[in-house]
Amino acid sequence: MMKNFILSFGKQTTESVEVQGSPFGVMVRKEIAGHIRSWRFIVLLIVIAFTFWGSLYVSLTNIKDAVNNAKDPDHLFVYLKLLTTTEGNLPPFHVLLSFLGPLLGIGLGFDAVNSEKQNGTLIRIMAQPVYRDNLLLSKFIGSFILVSVLFLVLTLLMIGGGMLLTGVPIEPEEVLRIFSFTMICILYVGFWLGLSILLSIAFTQAATSALTAIGIWLFLTVFYQIVISMVVKASAPRAELLSATGILHYNELLFHLLRLTPSQLYTDATTTLLMPYVRSLGPITMEQMAGAIPSPLSYKESLMIVWPQVSGLVATTVVCFAASYYLFMRREIRS
Amino acid sequence: MENPIIELRGLTKCYGSIRAVDDLNLSIQKGEIFGLLGPNGAGKTTTILMILGLTEPTSGSAYVCGYDATTTPILVKRKVGYMPDSLGFYDTMTALENLMYIGELNGISPYESKERALSIMQVVGLENDMNKKTSTYSRGMKQRLGLADVLIKQPDVVILDEPTLGIDPSGVREFLGLIRQLSRQQGLTVLLSSHHLHHVQQVCDRVGIFVKGKLMAEGNMDTLSKNLFEEKSFEIRITVMNNLTLPWEHEAEFLLLNSIKQAVVGDHEINVSCSKDVTPEIVRYFVDKGYDVMGVQRKEYGLDDIYQKYFESSLN
Repeated sequence: MMKNFILSFGKQTTESVEVQGSPFGVMVRKEIAGHIRSWRFIVLLIVIAFTFWGSLYVSLTNIKDAVNNAKDPDHLFVYLKLLTTTEGNLPPFHVLLSFLGPLLGIGLGFDAVNSEKQNGTLIRIMAQPVYRDNLLLSKFIGSFILVSVLFLVLTLLMIGGGMLLTGVPIEPEEVLRIFSFTMICILYVGFWLGLSILLSIAFTQAATSALTAIGIWLFLTVFYQIVISMVVKASAPRAELLSATGILHYNELLFHLLRLTPSQLYTDATTTLLMPYVRSLGPITMEQMAGAIPSPLSYKESLMIVWPQVSGLVATTVVCFAASYYLFMRREIRS
Repeated sequence: MENPIIELRGLTKCYGSIRAVDDLNLSIQKGEIFGLLGPNGAGKTTTILMILGLTEPTSGSAYVCGYDATTTPILVKRKVGYMPDSLGFYDTMTALENLMYIGELNGISPYESKERALSIMQVVGLENDMNKKTSTYSRGMKQRLGLADVLIKQPDVVILDEPTLGIDPSGVREFLGLIRQLSRQQGLTVLLSSHHLHHVQQVCDRVGIFVKGKLMAEGNMDTLSKNLFEEKSFEIRITVMNNLTLPWEHEAEFLLLNSIKQAVVGDHEINVSCSKDVTPEIVRYFVDKGYDVMGVQRKEYGLDDIYQKYFESSLN
């Protein structure tokens, strides 16, 4: 057997098949396969799916009232109502996702690089003829594809289920809004994915990077808002002493500072897209409101309102990713 | 002389103020088995990482198969199979999947990687365990899988970092035998790092002794021992049954014998160094004096002594 092998070895070396296959595709495939088989992803998947069905169930039971409510300018968008109606117990899906999305992103990325390093697989992969950045990119793209598929499937299931249960045909504008919403969800999870991959490069221990990521998540979603409103309130003079424009100024400052967090960007963007009557994300003066008809905005106008938010999300993701590159590319890899 | 397949010129790597590898010049010819020998922390792994382009040298350059390892690492990695000292595999995948993954990363089609993986698994003797998860593998099995991992890309150069670590003696012999056979029949160049002298002695054509980032000596076993032990040349140990009292009564007389330079006397044994092989005369002398000679050992210099010698000189 050994002889055979050695003979075949010689033969193949002389042929030396110079197949320029794409190692990147192979790596992405391996990443996805690895995630799908892992318990971690299955648990996250179950959590997200349950949340989705739970909030959908609540909205389905209340959809009749919501659609018949003629005072609501959005009441004819049945599918948007499906995503946003609540009865008060369970928040709508997009609000839940602003908490769960980070968990999904962190869960998929927190040990991307350091676990490979700990297991000694990193150096073996780096000794193969693949570019170093392909490893990072495959980690990111692999998880990103998974998240995209997950959200697309949920959305399509929602639309399909809604059609079967309500019998109402879907408006093209609703399709656009719902898919834009899905895109923003994916981007939002993408940001957390980028951040956790960055942390997985910065810290050698997977536990450290996971805890740091969760710490950042808690700070940004819970404490940041408290801290900012406290600081702004403390620094602002008493309300009686301020003119109307002064109050407006401080309010705007508060909103601008809050929008530094990705979760705020996400909430702003999804709310505007899913509730077409939302026409501004900041305070509006009475003069601005004068003459406005309480009717839903068109898709394009909603999109214009949230465009800065979307750009902000993309930008923060890119910053995380660029930092990962900077840290990883020239680092010495030892086992 | 043809171009060397691995050529290192003035290779230096500093970590802060510590020079891990210091002005290393080395060339290795095609088909050679070269042993990089040195204690832990001598800079062997750092040198290997620089040859693979995984670490940037502070100065100097490394050429493998004519490619600069620092500027074109991808081309080098296509030709070189590297087995790190601590092997890791993806635990959730089977051994075969691990192997095929590496094959596919090298641009081999999935079908062909499977073919190759199956035949290599038989060569390294893992054909019965190839569908097991690698988390169930023992150290020795992982080592063999590591070799399979290197061979699947069919490299021109194989670099093995501490390949014999943690395998049992018969496994080591088999492993080294396989490496030697591959090298001889296919002209595979092998660079092997180890601190285990005897393993290196078994297979290597040439050895480089590496201490504190410097290449202390280089050459085959004969040249190395000749260079070092010229002045000593022969050492003979004689064990006798009688108890030797100190000082030894015959010492002065014994030293007068032809070409004897020094004698160190212990309780039951005498270590003699001499410039010529005079073993028969020494034995005859002892027999004449009425000693019961139990054993005579003529010491030959193995790698152990060479190694030891270089350490001593490096410490001074």
